[in-house]
Amino acid sequence: MTAFFHHFMYDFRTGMRDKSLLLLNYLFPLGFYALMGLLMTGLNPTFGPTIIPSMILVAVMACTLLGLPNPVVESREAGIFRSFKINGVPELSIVTIPVLSSFVHIIIVSIIITFTAIPFFNANAPVNWGYFVLILLLTIFTFASIGMLIGVVSPNSRSIVLFSQMIFLPSMILGGMMVPSSMLPPALYRVSMLLPTVHSMNAWRGLAFGMEAVFDPRWSLLILLISGVIAFGMAIYLFNWDSKNKRSGRNTMLALITWIPYVLGAILLVG
Amino acid sequence: MQDDVISVKDFRKVYGDAKAVDGISFEVQRGEIFGLLGPNGAGKTTTMESLEGLRHPTSGSLSILGVDPTRQPARLNNLIGVQLQSSSLPGSMTTKEAMEFFCAYHHVAPRIDLLVRLGLGEKLTSQYSTLSTGLQRRLSLALAVAHDPPVVLLDEPTAGLDVSSRVELHEVMLEMKGKGTTIILATHDMAEAEKMADRVAILLKGKIAVTGSPTQLTASGSGLVKISVSSEAASLISYTGNFPEVSQQFIKEEYVIYYSRDAGSTVPAIFDYLKTRDDHLVDLRVERPSLEDRFLEITQPDQSNGGQS
Repeated sequence: MTAFFHHFMYDFRTGMRDKSLLLLNYLFPLGFYALMGLLMTGLNPTFGPTIIPSMILVAVMACTLLGLPNPVVESREAGIFRSFKINGVPELSIVTIPVLSSFVHIIIVSIIITFTAIPFFNANAPVNWGYFVLILLLTIFTFASIGMLIGVVSPNSRSIVLFSQMIFLPSMILGGMMVPSSMLPPALYRVSMLLPTVHSMNAWRGLAFGMEAVFDPRWSLLILLISGVIAFGMAIYLFNWDSKNKRSGRNTMLALITWIPYVLGAILLVG
Repeated sequence: MQDDVISVKDFRKVYGDAKAVDGISFEVQRGEIFGLLGPNGAGKTTTMESLEGLRHPTSGSLSILGVDPTRQPARLNNLIGVQLQSSSLPGSMTTKEAMEFFCAYHHVAPRIDLLVRLGLGEKLTSQYSTLSTGLQRRLSLALAVAHDPPVVLLDEPTAGLDVSSRVELHEVMLEMKGKGTTIILATHDMAEAEKMADRVAILLKGKIAVTGSPTQLTASGSGLVKISVSSEAASLISYTGNFPEVSQQFIKEEYVIYYSRDAGSTVPAIFDYLKTRDDHLVDLRVERPSLEDRFLEITQPDQSNGGQS
């Protein structure tokens, strides 16, 4: 437990000490939040009430999709994981600790967003704080697991950019953060159901903020939970200590299993 | 009774069509320093990394204190200390953090004293990325031995180290040996192997070409003694005859170098020749073959002894 704690504390400090991680964990999401709060609340009246979940989702994606995978690939390619292995660092710690660190970073940013958006940008406060926190934790878990999985399966930094942006950019446009996904054309709406952000926003709207959900928000919770568990399990299963000694028979295409709950959701929940 | 700590039997490692290691066997006893020598690509690192549990053998068996590194890697962690040839630490990790981090996983108190001894005392708060290569190697060594393991595997430990750091490392190794620690030392540095190792194995194309103590290996070679002579008038350089028992000779700068089967016959003949030419000796060195000479003889048979005659 002491070793795990040391490892966790080191990883958490790195998230603030490393300039690029500091940018992605704190500076970018908070800067973006301030900018959007100042600009978008004036331009789009529907944005104000949902600025808290929207900007928290930006923070979640910046930390987990843009920040988390790169150190995983760099550590594997530089031989850092080899050093860890010969010194008895278990792979479960290597996969789990960055996910836990993400929780702490995102919760700090979420607290800042939540308690400044209400007085400064007339944001709606959650009507059910229990659900608000539950959905936040579930969203962080799912995204952090996906981020870790991207790091595990990416052979290099360029692949990380590709995989991460395949989720990040569509989520920003179609993920229900800037405009409700129900306002999208039907074909795009079905595509948007493949994005975890749609389910987080739907759950927050329906369960935490007392707004109208696009579909039953409990399905969103279930989809997020199942995909998060699959992504985390796959990250452990597909983890490699170094690029020279790949585990035979472990096809990285298995990572796509993570998206099965979203595909089923897109088929079954869209009328 | 022999007390084998490390046992390697018929170990083979194949990558596709390439045989990295081709059926080697050796044992290392408690408190022994065992040198693994060989040119690049001979299979040293593959052997070391298989013993460390980082690679899985294609066939054969490996054992450290009765633990199979492939099947029981978790049991190996506190039994071995490893300095890898190529490894790294997170760039933002400080020297002190690294010691605390790895000692926590080994369930021992951090050995800050070891960092101080290896010249890292003033770098405790420096991040790994800011350390020079030599300091990174020293930190790597400190982390390898901090938990006082009974077996230490060192892969090119002195690469990139300055002279004083090498001496310090050798002292640390001898101290560990004195406490009964078994050490495998993979190195390109023949002088280091000759000085430190009780026994060495020279690997060549994945096979053990020869094994034994450095003294045994040098004695089992061609048996030629190297005689280097320099004289005031350099009369030896133009001499075309043969001195007794000399099998090869060549000129290197102002020296004439002879390889002799019997220095006792060759040296007096050289003196006699210089006297007849009224020349005076400046320098004369008689050296037994070093481990490096023997190594070159084995690994580059066409080029050993200067490759000239």
